[in-house]
Amino acid sequence: MTTSQAARPRRAGRLGEWWNNLPRPQQWAALVPIVVLIYFLPVLNPPLLTTEPYTNFPIAMVHAAELAMVAIGLNVVVGQAGLLDLGYVGFFAVGAYVAALLTSKDSMLHKLPYLATLPLAMVVTMLAGVLLGLPTLRLRGDYLAIVTLGFGEIVRLLATIVPDLKGQVGFQAVGHPPGTKADGSPIFAANNGTPWYWLVVTLIIILLLFVGNLERSRVGRAWVAIREDEDAAELMGVPTFKFKLWAFAIGAAIGGLSGALVAGQTGFMNNQNFSVAFSVLYLAAVILGGSGNKVGVMVGAFIVSYIPDRFTNLSDRKYLIFGLFLVVLMIFRPQGLLGARQRLLSRGRQAYQRLIGRGEQISSESSVAPSGEEGRPA
Amino acid sequence: MTTPPEKVPEGGIVVEIEQMSEEERARHFAEVAEAVAADRDVAVEVGETLLEVHEVTVRFGGLTALDSVSFGIRRGEILGLIGPNGAGKTTCFNAMTGVYRPTSGRVLLEGRPLGRAAKHNITRRGIARTFQNIRLFGEMTALENVVVGTDARHKTSVLGALLRLPRHYGEEKAGTERAMALLEFVGIADRAADKAKNLPYGYQRRLEIARALATEPKLLCLDEPAAGFNPAEKEQLMELIRKIRSDGYTVLLIEHDMRLVMGVTDRIVVLEFGKKIAEGLPAEIRENPAVIAAYLGVPDDDAA
Repeated sequence: MTTSQAARPRRAGRLGEWWNNLPRPQQWAALVPIVVLIYFLPVLNPPLLTTEPYTNFPIAMVHAAELAMVAIGLNVVVGQAGLLDLGYVGFFAVGAYVAALLTSKDSMLHKLPYLATLPLAMVVTMLAGVLLGLPTLRLRGDYLAIVTLGFGEIVRLLATIVPDLKGQVGFQAVGHPPGTKADGSPIFAANNGTPWYWLVVTLIIILLLFVGNLERSRVGRAWVAIREDEDAAELMGVPTFKFKLWAFAIGAAIGGLSGALVAGQTGFMNNQNFSVAFSVLYLAAVILGGSGNKVGVMVGAFIVSYIPDRFTNLSDRKYLIFGLFLVVLMIFRPQGLLGARQRLLSRGRQAYQRLIGRGEQISSESSVAPSGEEGRPA
Repeated sequence: MTTPPEKVPEGGIVVEIEQMSEEERARHFAEVAEAVAADRDVAVEVGETLLEVHEVTVRFGGLTALDSVSFGIRRGEILGLIGPNGAGKTTCFNAMTGVYRPTSGRVLLEGRPLGRAAKHNITRRGIARTFQNIRLFGEMTALENVVVGTDARHKTSVLGALLRLPRHYGEEKAGTERAMALLEFVGIADRAADKAKNLPYGYQRRLEIARALATEPKLLCLDEPAAGFNPAEKEQLMELIRKIRSDGYTVLLIEHDMRLVMGVTDRIVVLEFGKKIAEGLPAEIRENPAVIAAYLGVPDDDAA
């Protein structure tokens, strides 16, 4: 009875299938030159890709990397657990203010070394995520989106109202990692993008390893189960509330880390950087690249960040362009540039190999519209 | 767990089975059944009441969907729950699995009331179910769907997964192996790597059963598992349900198809308009005038 339909005709996506059937070490080996290339992008400053003379290319690359990190965090919440968070910039802001308050000379607080504020920013934003999640994660879908939207606005308004957060005046000279060049100027200067880029890319790689670990475990399975059908997940023994809270907390922590990095890199932080528009931009990056696909959201973040830097004459119209682009994308490819893709088993390869003699999932493509799913209650 | 993993031929176990001799195949299926078998400690003896529905009433506003219904499910049996459309079968199911809270009355599993336990805890206590309208996790592969079921018994959380602690690896290995055995058990191992939404309808129904079995239930509740099946598929499903029972599971079956119900159940409870109108062996139920009236209607001149 297990014999029928073993040889099923497969759809396109040969490249993806070829890649998926490569042994793990070969995949890693193929990734090494790509990672090296990514590391050396700001130094190479390739002619067609360059954003100069409009924008300093290393700086543009830092911005893209920072947005990619934000997208990875938001992807945990939106892409994996399926919780629509419209106030993600709030976590970003909390992280940025933690870094600014503890390193800037404008703040009354005790000063810490900048690098020490990074884990601290993650812990504080994680707590903020739990605090926001505890009362609100009983809500679903649109209702949750509205509440998180409110949270983002609350954080922004607090930054304006609370005197110690200095509103529009902001904090000058936010700290940066230690180290000076031969001439005594700091390596991590605001106008020197390359070292910041390397720092952010390194952190992104570490985050990807951690997020990947979560994905290929009970946690990742619980998240995707919640995204796919929350009631069914609960009835299959998934403690949904607990794992939604974890998704919120982990997403928040990554948002906080990126906030602290951006604060350090620009060296200046005030309340103007946290409007709702940023939350929407982050979400656009995730949706554009492919919600639920780690590589996809980074590609999305790169596009969203790179286009305005590359074509500065368009930058005041960027929302118009992104809006149009998203509408077209949602019509022709609603799953984003790269569709949702997750491996949820640590031992999946061996298991599939054992059962059907192929190493990986056959189809990575999402079918076009989520409404096409069978068996959903109307 | 299922077969020694030394030599993995092209095409994996699915092809391997085709090449097996009759005897080897029987031995392999026995091993699969063994891996799937219910091996949790169930507090009640075979034949004693496993789950008791005691005077359960469920009201939605003015509508009484269930009116003080009582019946028991004995360990090791297949109990059929039948009734015309709207009789309250699914409501009864939902009251048992914690989706609805009974307005009054109690549901007892192994003599202990379920009370206000959270839904996922009811699953952990040993009640698993399938859905009338299939509710799989569409973007997950068949195997991943089943592993979610096995996760109901697992304890690894964020820290364990993040740092890859030994318990994570242990649970991952055990869960994946059990899930593989379950896919073979219900007969859909050849599509293990396909996304659930891309599976054919019959496979989806079977996958739901595998996912429910993965939670290691004491009681497996099947909500119209044969809906939309043709007679041949119904025959195979009956075979599967019997196989599940002989593996040591207790089954509650909601079904419309009388042939299937009569062919597979040990006892039957009949609901009509939220009330229990009959309970007994299939042969008794078939002859019961109240049941016949409920299903076929009472002719007017008969009532006069």
